[in-house]
Amino acid sequence: MGKADRPSPIRVLIAKPGLDGHDRGAKVVARALRDAGFEVIYAGLRQTPEEIVRAALEEDVDLIGLSILSGAHMALFPKVLALLKKEKASDIPVFAGGIIPDEDARRLKRAGIKAIFGPGTTLEEIVSTAHRLARTAA
Amino acid sequence: MTRPAAPPPAARAIARGDRRALARAISQVENRDPAASGISRALFASTGRVPVIGITGPLGVGKSSVINLLIGRLRDLDLTVGVVAVDPSSPYSGGSVLGDRIRFDRRVDDAGVFFRSMASRGELGGVAAATREVTRLLEAAGFDVVLVETVGSGQVDLAVRDVATTSVVILVPHLGDEVQTLKAGLFEIADVFCVNKSDLPGADLARKDLSELVGLGRPRSGWTPKVVLTSTVQGIGIAELWTAIQEHEQFLERSGGRIREERRRLAAEIVDLARERIGRELAQQLAHEKELQALLDAVVARRSDPAGAAERLVRAVTRRR
Repeated sequence: MGKADRPSPIRVLIAKPGLDGHDRGAKVVARALRDAGFEVIYAGLRQTPEEIVRAALEEDVDLIGLSILSGAHMALFPKVLALLKKEKASDIPVFAGGIIPDEDARRLKRAGIKAIFGPGTTLEEIVSTAHRLARTAA
Repeated sequence: MTRPAAPPPAARAIARGDRRALARAISQVENRDPAASGISRALFASTGRVPVIGITGPLGVGKSSVINLLIGRLRDLDLTVGVVAVDPSSPYSGGSVLGDRIRFDRRVDDAGVFFRSMASRGELGGVAAATREVTRLLEAAGFDVVLVETVGSGQVDLAVRDVATTSVVILVPHLGDEVQTLKAGLFEIADVFCVNKSDLPGADLARKDLSELVGLGRPRSGWTPKVVLTSTVQGIGIAELWTAIQEHEQFLERSGGRIREERRRLAAEIVDLARERIGRELAQQLAHEKELQALLDAVVARRSDPAGAAERLVRAVTRRR
C-alpha cells in the first residue's frame, strides 16, 4: 500500500508528573504541537513515572514531554528515564518544561533529558525542537 | 492465490501477549505501513470471537468516564480488556489532542488492560478506518473484551455499527424532547442506551422518552434496545450497563444475528478498503498529472463544472488501468 500521501504524524505524550496542579503550560504546548500536526496524547495531571512510561509504551509514542512546576523534577525525571531504560525504551526522547533552575537543568541533560524549556521559551522553539528530537530518534 | 507465508515474528509476539509488539503493530496499522498487512493477515483467522463494544454519543456526555468504570467492572469479573479510544484529527494541521486517557485510572501494574488512543485522521463517521484492524489486533493479543470509544459527535456517528458487535449510545438528561429521539441516526444504532449523569434532574424523563422510543419497536433485528441509567460521579449503574451489553451479546448468539452482522460488517469493510484504494489513486492522479491540473484550472475559472470534471477524471483513470 505504501505510506499515505501525508507523512505519518509524530505521536507525543504530554504528561505532568508529580503533585502540582498547574497544567496551563502543558495545555498550551499540547495545542501548539497539535497545530503543528503532532498527535498529542494528553495524559494530564498527577501522573506517576510508572503511569507515564506505561502510557508511552501502550501509545507507542515517538516522544515524551514532561511538565513540572512543583520542584520535584530532580526526583521524578530521572525516575522516568530509569523506567524507560528498564523497559528497553531509552530510544524515546524525553523533553521537559517548567520551573527548573539552570544547575538542575544541566544535571538533567547529562542524565538524558534531551531539552529543557523554561519560562519565556517560544512555542516555535518547542515545536521545532520536538520535530528535531523525533526525527533524530527515528 | 499465493501460498500462505510464515507468520511474521511480530504476529507471533502479539499472540504471545507481547504488549510492545502490539503497540507497534497498532502504529503500523494507523500509518498504513506495509508491514501491518502481513501481521493482520496472519492473525485474522483467530479473530471475530470476542465482544467488541462500541461506545458512542455526543461530546461531553461522559463516554471516557463510563468506559473507565466499565473497565473496572470487567476487571472485577476477571475479564481482560483492550480499549481503543478515537479522537478527532484537525482538518487544518492533521494534528490532534487525544485526551481520553485522562479518565483512565487503572492501577499501573494491571496487565489485564491495554489502552490505546487513536486519531481519526480524517475519517468521517467517527470511527477511523484503522479501528477495525486495531480491534482485531487487541483480540489476537488475548483480550476477552474490546471497547471502542468513538469521536464525540452528533447525529452522524454511525460507523460504530460497522466495528462493534454491541453499540452503546450514551446520552444525558435534557438533550431534547422525544422528537429528537425519533430522528434517524444515532438513535437507530443503539443496542443499549445509557443515560449518564443520571444524578442530574431530568434523568427519569430521558429514560421515559427513550423507553417509549424503543417500545415503538425496531423491525430490523428483533432486539429491543435496553435503557440503563448511570452516574459516573456516584458510580451507579455500571453493573447494569454490563448486564445489558451481555444480554445483547446473548441475543446475537441465540438469534443467529452474530453471523449475519459479521457478514454485514465485513462487507462494509471490504467495500471501504476498495473505496479507499480507488480514492487514493484518484487523488494521486489529480495531484500529479498535468492534464488533470488543467481540468482543475478550468473548474476554478468556471469554464467547467465539478461534476463534469469528475466525470472526465473517472474516465481518464479507468482508461489507464
